[in-house]
Amino acid sequence: MQIQIEIHTEPLNIQQCIDWVMSPDSGGIDIFIGTVRNATKGKAVLKLEFEAYNKMAINEINKISKQAFKQWPVQKVLVHHRTGTLHVGEIPVIIAVSAAHRDAAFEACRYIIDTLKQTVPIWKKEFFEDGEIWVAAHP
Amino acid sequence: MEINILAFGIAKDIFGASTVSMELPAGSSTAHLKLSLEEKYTKLKQLASYMVAVNNEYAEDVLIITELDEVAIIPPVSGG
Repeated sequence: MQIQIEIHTEPLNIQQCIDWVMSPDSGGIDIFIGTVRNATKGKAVLKLEFEAYNKMAINEINKISKQAFKQWPVQKVLVHHRTGTLHVGEIPVIIAVSAAHRDAAFEACRYIIDTLKQTVPIWKKEFFEDGEIWVAAHP
Repeated sequence: MEINILAFGIAKDIFGASTVSMELPAGSSTAHLKLSLEEKYTKLKQLASYMVAVNNEYAEDVLIITELDEVAIIPPVSGG
């Protein structure tokens, strides 16, 4: 079981992530790259700020990654997440999964990003021209 | 006992600090901690939800906390 989890304050490197999950016994790599969108519900977004409870976030991502290994025959799982200020088009998260066959890679990658969004203690604040809001904080 | 509490995201704004301390009777659970915090910081109750983490794990309401634990307030997450 090979898992790499990192939380960075500097820009994420897509190629490094692909290189790390690549292996001779893999038939494919699935990669999810999150990017900062320029609007939320029609309102222009200027920038995002991400904050993480690093130790616990790594702990939770590790649980999700291990669960992915239990559910699918995957070979390597990598999750890199960014913190700090990100502008439109920048990359807050990269998830890369390698497997012998594509179905496992696709499904595991989807599972990891979906679960990360639900359970991992990382928060983002959206900045608009007329204010700012912590995403999902209020009903 | 005095419990130090780490705050993240909107909880940090509500507390006005990234750490606060609460005086609680020995043997208090995370449910007690939540009640005391909500009394002092009423805006916590307006959140969609929030959790308490103890030693980097989500904690059940019945978990007993001590001064040695690392306690954190986890408002609704929004990573990714």
